[in-house]
Amino acid sequence: MSIDARIADDQPDSFAFTRENEAEAKRIIAKYPKGRQASAVMPLLDLAQRQHDNWIPMKAIEMIAAKLDMAEIRVLEVATFYTMFNLKPVGRYFLQACTTTPCWLRGSDNMMRCIKDRYGISSGETSECGRFTLLEVECLGACVNAPILQVNDDFYEDLDYASTGALLDSLEADSPLPVGSVTGRSGSEADGGATTLQDLKPAE
Amino acid sequence: MLKDEDRIFTNLYGWMDTGLAGAKKRGDWQNTARLLKLGHDEIVERIKASGLRGRGGAGFPTGLKWSFMPKEVGARPHYLVVNADESEPGTCKDRDIIRHEPHKLLEGCLVAGFAMRAHAAYIYIRGEFVNEARRLQAAIDEAYDAGLLGDNAAKSGWKFDIYLHRGAGAYICGEETALIESLEGKKGQPRLKPPFPAGAGLYGCPTTVNNVESIAVTPTILRRGADWFAGLGKENNTGTKLFCISGHVNRPCNVEEEMGISLRELIEKHAGGVRGGWDNLLAVIPGGSSTPLMPQSVCNTMTMDFDALREAGTGLGTAGVIVMDKSTDIVRAIARLSYFYKHESCGQCTPCREGTGWMWRMMERLVRGDAEIHEIETLEQVTRQVEGHTICALGDAAAWPIQGLIKHFRPEIERRITAHRTAVAVEAAE
Repeated sequence: MSIDARIADDQPDSFAFTRENEAEAKRIIAKYPKGRQASAVMPLLDLAQRQHDNWIPMKAIEMIAAKLDMAEIRVLEVATFYTMFNLKPVGRYFLQACTTTPCWLRGSDNMMRCIKDRYGISSGETSECGRFTLLEVECLGACVNAPILQVNDDFYEDLDYASTGALLDSLEADSPLPVGSVTGRSGSEADGGATTLQDLKPAE
Repeated sequence: MLKDEDRIFTNLYGWMDTGLAGAKKRGDWQNTARLLKLGHDEIVERIKASGLRGRGGAGFPTGLKWSFMPKEVGARPHYLVVNADESEPGTCKDRDIIRHEPHKLLEGCLVAGFAMRAHAAYIYIRGEFVNEARRLQAAIDEAYDAGLLGDNAAKSGWKFDIYLHRGAGAYICGEETALIESLEGKKGQPRLKPPFPAGAGLYGCPTTVNNVESIAVTPTILRRGADWFAGLGKENNTGTKLFCISGHVNRPCNVEEEMGISLRELIEKHAGGVRGGWDNLLAVIPGGSSTPLMPQSVCNTMTMDFDALREAGTGLGTAGVIVMDKSTDIVRAIARLSYFYKHESCGQCTPCREGTGWMWRMMERLVRGDAEIHEIETLEQVTRQVEGHTICALGDAAAWPIQGLIKHFRPEIERRITAHRTAVAVEAAE
C-alpha cells in the first residue's frame, strides 16, 4: 500500500498532549539515557494514538519529532514501519483477527466469516455504522487459545462462529464480554482441566 | 513425565497470586543477595554447567553467551535486553511467564544482569501484549517499592534498574539486532554482524539479548543447583522446557515438560491426543513456524530436543508444536506461513524482500494446482537462493517451511497440478 493511502486525508490543524500525557511523556523519556531520547519515539506515538481516538494525526508526528529532536521523516518512518500505528481513523472497536496458520487450523475462517456476515466488511474496511474496523493480522502469540480476535487492547480467545457473534453483540451493546477465553479457560491450561500442577491448585 | 516438584513455573496457569507476595511464597526473591554473592563469573559458570540453552529458538548455550560480555566495564555501560517480542507462529509461552510469573523474569533480570555486570535491563515486549505489559509494569513497580530493584537491589549492594519497552507490531523485532534498532527508536531492521551485541549492541554498548524463558529460569537453576537442571532431560539438551501445543489436538495447551520428551507422549498426555487419534496425524511443525514440518512417519519416534530434531532436518525452535491432522490442506497451511513471512520481511535485503513475495505467490498457485510440475523444482531452487543470503534469519525462516513441504509432500503438490490440468482440459472440451 502506498504511503498516501495509509495516511488520512482529513487532518486536524493541531495536536498537543494533554497535561497528564505531557507528564507521562516526560516519565517515558526519562527511561532512556541522556541523548538517547529517540528511544521514546514508539511509546510517544502510542500515547498520541491513545489520546486521539486510536489514530495518529500528522500534527502529532511533527510534535513528537520536535520533542525528541528527530527529523520528522524519521518519526513518520517509524510510524509507518510498525503495523500497530494507525495513521487514519478506525472504528471505536478495532477488530484485529489473527488468521496465521495456528489460528487458521482452529477455524479463524469462521470468525472472519461471522464478522463479514454481520457487517459486510473485509480486512481494512470499516462497517457502515463506523463503529467496527476489521484488520486481518499476523500471529498474536496466543496460539494454544486459537483462534484469537483482538478488540482494541484485549484478546478474545477460543472463538468460533457463534461465540464471535456473541462477542459482537456485546460490543454493539457497549458492554464487552469479559476478556480472555470465551470457553471459560482461565489461561493456557488444557480445556477440561490441566494435566500438571493440579496438586498446587488452590481449593476454590 | 516430569514431576510437579521439578517444575519451575508452578504458576504457569495463573491459578495463584501473580503479585510479589504470591511469588515469594513460590520461592522467588528469597535471599537473592546470597545468589549474587557467588560473584559475576561464578554465576556464569554455574549457568554453563547447567547446560541451559537459549529458549528463544536458536538454542545457543546461555552461559556461554553471557561470557562474551567484557569482564571489565569500560566507558560504556553494559546492558541486558530481554526479548519478550514473542511472535513466532505457534509460540505463546513467554506470555504466560509475563502474566503469571512476572517476578521470576524480574529476579532473573537482576541475576543475569549482575552476572554480565549490567546495571540496567530493558524488556522489549511485543506491542499487542497490552494487558501483559500492564501486568509486568505492575510487578516492576512492586519490586521497586519493596527495594528489590533500584540503587541497592535486593540489598545486594548492586544498583539495578529494569525498564519496560513496548513494541508496536513487527515480527522482525524478535531478531536481536532488529530489536536493538527498534529500542533505539528506529525501524526494526537487523544489523550486520559483526560487531556482535556483546561488543557493540544497544547505544553501541556491550549488550546481551536473551529470551524471557532463558532469563526466568536462571534464579531457580542457581537455587536448586546446576546439577539438578543438568540431571533433567538429555545430554546437551538439559532441563525443563515450556511447550505450546496448538492446532488439531483435542485440548491445546501450554505445559512445562522435560527436554527430550517424546512428541507422542507430549501430545497424548497433555493435549488430549491428535483429533481423531494418532493415526489421523498428518504432520507436525515442531518448533514454531520457521521449523520444517515432519510427516507422521517421523513423528512416531521423535523426541523433543534440539539435537534429535536437528538430526531429522528440523528444529526445536521455540517448542511451539503445531499439530495438523489428515483433514488439513497442507499446502494451504504452509502457503499461509509464506504470506506471514512476506508480510513480516523488513525489506532491507533484496533476496528476502523480493523472495518472500515471490515464494508466497508461487505457493498460492500450488494451493490451486495452477502450475507446471517443473515449477516445484524452481520454487525449491528459489528457497535455496534466499536461504543464507540475507542479513538475518528471516529469509531462512521463510525458506525452510517450503523446503519441508516439498521434501515430504511433493506427491500431494503434483497431484494438485495434475488435477488442475485435467479440470482445465475438461472445461476446454465442453
